[in-house]
Amino acid sequence: MAKITLDKIRHSYSAELMRKGDWALKEMDVTWSDGGAYALLGPSGCGKTTLLNIISGLLIPTEGRVLFDDVDVTDLPSDQRHIAQVFQFPVVYDTMTVYDNLAFPLRNRGMPTDKIRERVHEIAQMLDLQGSLKRRASGLTADGKQKISLGRGLVRPDVNVIMFDEPLTVIDPHLKWLLRSKLKELHQQVGATMIYVTHDQTEALTFADKVVVMHEGVVVQIGTPVELFERPNHTFVGHFIGSPGMNLLACDLREGTPTIDGHPLEVSAPFTPPDTGVQLQIGIRPEFVKLSREGLAVDIVKVNDVGRYRIVEARCQQQSIKLVVPEDEAIPADRAHILFDPAHTHLYADHWILT
Amino acid sequence: MSNKTTNNRAWWLVAPVVMLVAFNALIPLMTVVNYSVQETFGDNVFFWEGVRWFEEVLHSGRFHASLLRQLSFTGIILLIEIPLGVAIALTMPKKGVWVSVCLVLMALPLLIPWNVVGAMWNIFALPEIGLLGKMINGLGIDYNFTRQPLAAWFTTILMDVWHWTSLVTLLAYAGLCSIPEAYYQAARIDGASRWAVFRFIQLPKMKRVLTIAILLRFMDSFMIYTEPFVLTGGGPGNSTTFLSIDLVKIALGQFDLGPAAAMSLIYFLIILVLSWIFYTLMMRNEEQ
Repeated sequence: MAKITLDKIRHSYSAELMRKGDWALKEMDVTWSDGGAYALLGPSGCGKTTLLNIISGLLIPTEGRVLFDDVDVTDLPSDQRHIAQVFQFPVVYDTMTVYDNLAFPLRNRGMPTDKIRERVHEIAQMLDLQGSLKRRASGLTADGKQKISLGRGLVRPDVNVIMFDEPLTVIDPHLKWLLRSKLKELHQQVGATMIYVTHDQTEALTFADKVVVMHEGVVVQIGTPVELFERPNHTFVGHFIGSPGMNLLACDLREGTPTIDGHPLEVSAPFTPPDTGVQLQIGIRPEFVKLSREGLAVDIVKVNDVGRYRIVEARCQQQSIKLVVPEDEAIPADRAHILFDPAHTHLYADHWILT
Repeated sequence: MSNKTTNNRAWWLVAPVVMLVAFNALIPLMTVVNYSVQETFGDNVFFWEGVRWFEEVLHSGRFHASLLRQLSFTGIILLIEIPLGVAIALTMPKKGVWVSVCLVLMALPLLIPWNVVGAMWNIFALPEIGLLGKMINGLGIDYNFTRQPLAAWFTTILMDVWHWTSLVTLLAYAGLCSIPEAYYQAARIDGASRWAVFRFIQLPKMKRVLTIAILLRFMDSFMIYTEPFVLTGGGPGNSTTFLSIDLVKIALGQFDLGPAAAMSLIYFLIILVLSWIFYTLMMRNEEQ
């Protein structure tokens, strides 16, 4: 059990890229509290796996320190960090039985045989693998193999943190849900910190207490699912999370008030006006836009019925606005007016939140 | 299933292949079978002999001796080339410019014609003028592969190892390259030793290519002719007379076509059976 601190971490994969200022991870300070269930969310290539490999010690960061409970482990090899990692594709030792696979990390650490047996059976029970302990690991299905990978991590009694690198990629859809609930259950049982890398927001939001959103090598926000939804720190979080994502509308300031198409808008809180030349955007989730008799004039472009509600695409000048409209509400055919809920209307300057 | 169209005229489509196989393999093989059961004194006059030549070959001390030499030679070169090839493959770089350099260097011996290899090593190992021969003698070891059976064997094996280890290396390297990085990472986290990584990750993943390597090296070395013929001519005495060399001596030297044909068939069957045994043994675990 340990708190993990990334202290001014920065990473680049080669000296040449570094000269060009192309960092896979830009400088970041992140703390992962002990026993938390974290999801690391972001599109492919944003640096999630790099960050994970730095925590697990498979990569040494170019700059900065990794601390486990305030002990510097930056140069400590993976096997001494008390971490476990489950990879995107199941890693099992093909020639070994399931039992030997689970016992492997313990044998490498010289644990006595009877202790190993006890531990392996305990973990096999947790993962519903007792029935296949004697089978060759190569004969199992993908989800069985992923369970073994996970089991090799859990079997060690001293594991601080378990990391999952998109572990459900190769699992059949109907088993994904089962395995995910199993992970949640294990988290409560084992109490170790878990970091779950994914590019799937549903996976992230259902698994984690806290979601870490990454974008182009930067951690843009760490927050609970509700925080990410209601108050995205960065426009990327706004449109990456939520379906459909947040509306981002270019606006300008008139006498200190954000204005779209000459229409003044009230935002969630007072703010200090930024310097001129900064790109200003209004961000509002489709859920907080309402049809109304007054307000911003828009053209209705498209109505999409998705079941319990409808997604209406409207247009104001050249900007597209989406709004979520309940099933029973009438939608005007072409011209309409919309109102923004001021409490959920945010203002972004150069993509970062002002208010 | 039942409503599939059946048209027996489609068999004509495989006729070209059947013809090719017939002229390429079956007909020459049948000629050998024909010789193996008859005696001839020239002028295309043949007498039926039944299985006499087969009995003769199977009971001949000469055949036993060359078979034993052949088995020893193949066994020794397999024991050297497979581990050595794998060891070299393990040290080769995985990426960067050196990969192509290594691959080209490794492939070079494979591109040299067999008789050139024999001639090269013959000159290389000559005790008076050859670089290798002169050097060994310079070290104070009496070495002359044209006179000493042991030296002849040493040179023949060294030549084969030089010529063919690359093949094993290239195959093993291909197998190693197909192992995803995650396996090594998982092993590091599991605290696996270098040996455990080799034993439980690299070796199992190389199994298929190594099976191919062992089969190819087995078959090729069991049929070896040109290189030892050019290097030693089967000598000194009969000490490096392997099966092929012996067969050519009987067939073309003594012109005993009957015994030679019988020996060819037995030779062929031995290779077939041993290859099958190798393959089944190595693939046995796969099906479990």
